[in-house]
Amino acid sequence: MEQKLKFVNILKEKNLQRPAHGLKAFEYSYPAEITNIYPMTENERLYQIKIRDEEERNSFSFKPGQFVMFEVPGIGEAPFSISSSSVRKGVFDLCIRHIGNLTNFLSQVKLGMRVGISGPFGSSFPIEDMVGQNILLIAGGLGIVPLRAPILSVLENRSRYRKVDIIYGAKKPRELLYTYEYEMWKKFDISLNIIVDQADETWQGDTGLITKPLAARIAGAGPAFSTNSYAIVCGPPVMYKFVCKLLIEAGVPARKIFVSLERRMHCGRGKCCRCNIGSTYTCLDGPVFDYWSVMNLKEAI
Amino acid sequence: MIFKTIKRDELANLYAKLAQHLIVGPVRKGLDKNNKAMYDFDRVDKFADLCLDYDTTKHSAKKYFLPFTETLCTFKIFKDSWHKKVDYNINEPIVMFGLHPCDINAFNKLDKVLLEGVYPTPYYAAKRKNIFIIGVDCQPQPWCFCRSMDTDTVLHGFDLFLTDLGDRYFIEINTATAYEILQQLDIQDPAPQDHQLFLQKTNEKADKFIASVDTTDLTKILDMEFQSPVWQEWGDRCLSCGTCANVCPTCYCYGVEEEVDLDLKNARKNKHSYSCNLIDFAEVAGGHNFRPESHTRLKYRYYHKHRGFVEAFEESLCVGCGRCGQACLADINVPEVIASVRQEKI
Ligand SMILES: Cc1cc2nc3c(=O)[nH]c(=O)nc-3n(C[C@H](O)[C@H](O)[C@H](O)COP(=O)(O)OP(=O)(O)OC[C@H]3O[C@@H](n4cnc5c(N)ncnc54)[C@H](O)[C@@H]3O)c2cc1C
Ligand code: SF4
Ligand code: FES
Repeated sequence: MEQKLKFVNILKEKNLQRPAHGLKAFEYSYPAEITNIYPMTENERLYQIKIRDEEERNSFSFKPGQFVMFEVPGIGEAPFSISSSSVRKGVFDLCIRHIGNLTNFLSQVKLGMRVGISGPFGSSFPIEDMVGQNILLIAGGLGIVPLRAPILSVLENRSRYRKVDIIYGAKKPRELLYTYEYEMWKKFDISLNIIVDQADETWQGDTGLITKPLAARIAGAGPAFSTNSYAIVCGPPVMYKFVCKLLIEAGVPARKIFVSLERRMHCGRGKCCRCNIGSTYTCLDGPVFDYWSVMNLKEAI
Repeated sequence: MIFKTIKRDELANLYAKLAQHLIVGPVRKGLDKNNKAMYDFDRVDKFADLCLDYDTTKHSAKKYFLPFTETLCTFKIFKDSWHKKVDYNINEPIVMFGLHPCDINAFNKLDKVLLEGVYPTPYYAAKRKNIFIIGVDCQPQPWCFCRSMDTDTVLHGFDLFLTDLGDRYFIEINTATAYEILQQLDIQDPAPQDHQLFLQKTNEKADKFIASVDTTDLTKILDMEFQSPVWQEWGDRCLSCGTCANVCPTCYCYGVEEEVDLDLKNARKNKHSYSCNLIDFAEVAGGHNFRPESHTRLKYRYYHKHRGFVEAFEESLCVGCGRCGQACLADINVPEVIASVRQEKI
């Protein structure tokens, strides 16, 4: 007589189900909707995303610096940093540059479009640890996008922090993002320093590389700067080397400098290996790393 | 662990017991250029086709656990909404008859990432839990260095394991299911001389290895030699073809693509195995490539397997099967690459 092997339904296997991330959650995406689209530059728009189900919406929370996987059936799925306040639950902003398959498709969609969201994934900026300290938020180009969540976090609790600086560099004035918010940031006693590579006729501000205002900020700081400051850095790969070097030379400890790194991602869950740096998963251990970790990662920056 | 023995002839009855399921095992695929038999894992239709004394297979058995292409989910698209349906792509148990220790160890290593990681993968889990594994001992081939990787024997991750003792097999029984099936067959308790013969076989095997890799302090050495010129030399030879990842039992990286039907009513998300040696592995939108040169990609493959994985799990992500070296068109193989990084004469 033949022996029939029993089929194991893994979703019913108790020992396979981890409470935090059950097997079923792996390919689950929250049905969500694009509830607002706000053009920011020629090539970037801000998309407000709302998780449709009320219960799911209320249970969706994230920490500044984390990202979601955003999916449009049949078009693609890609990681995007959450670029809004972490106080709101289940409703958040993504600032998306139109640059490839999925993102170019998005540049044509209309309000109400249904999308899928999974996450939030990855590490975050330890904003709570920064209480009582100076914070330098340093962004280049699209790097301002993941910094908007920590910026808003700081605004919401402004009195907890000492001097807060945003140093932001872009190639051209018309590539600047969130321009409509600068006045508000300043009202919250944040010193905002913007610099562009190539000025145009209208540009009144500074021109040059981002290291210029950063060096000036460091030079003007008192002796306590190295002991009471945190830095958050995000920008294109080349920027990290120069910015982090300045910060380290100014005596900021490597464990108090945070960077957010970008890598190709196809899963966001530590499985596809596309995001690996050396052999560290950017999607699990990052995208936010402290500089000490970066120093120990080969080929990180 | 419970041990038994089974007469060589009785093995056909074990096969027959399981024959209502899909049985996959080593089968002969043809002859190589030296007129030597070539084997691969494939569906087995009758016991006589099963070649349990095979030397190695060209590909590993991973395609049954991690298919080269797999549909992760399908979408039904309606006018202003859509519905997602997920299928783990296995509905019936499968029997794998005749895996060598290296290949079973490979699954044990994959388990670490795919079953025990932060986000366990249901696609792999469903298959892993529904594949009945019968292991069989092997004879070291000139390219095998599993002994260096501590994977020449296997302790878990299978249902039962057979060791050829001549006119009978020594059986290690690892699961209750395997025990229940064997109970219905003509099996014997091993006699003291069977134990002795089993150990003798194991010792004889240990003496037959030719290839080896020195793993002493390897994680440190890989870190120290990150800039070593030997990487460039291997990189210059590498064709960036990804064959190594294709045959490797432990390579699991992949890419995902979505596709939509022309009528826009149905769409699906497909996963396909990838290789870190392929040029666009780490290229992001906008064109920046984090590993544009061949040697940086080749180095990354070694780095992941022999350093990063060791750091995470105290063992390497290579079982020393030697398949990549055998398959490589540019004759790049693990023992030589590692020896050169260690600055050993080769
Ligand atoms: C943690 C993280 C946060 C990000 N946040 C933002 C953000 O807030 N705003 C924004 O505009 N962009 C962000 N990006 C980049 C964004 O993911 C890519 O622009 C996007 O993947 C391009 O997808 P595509 O289909 O349009 O491009 P294609 O070139 O057609 O890409 C195909 C696939 O390749 C992968 N891929 C390609 N480029 C990247 C990339 N740069 N990063 C990761 N995967 C990639 C994706 O899986 C993508 O679906 C972020 C990337 C990471 C890793
Ligand atoms: S890296 Fe090569 S030797 Fe090691 S397991 Fe993979 S194919 Fe086998
Ligand atoms: S994105 Fe797949 S492993 Fe990190």
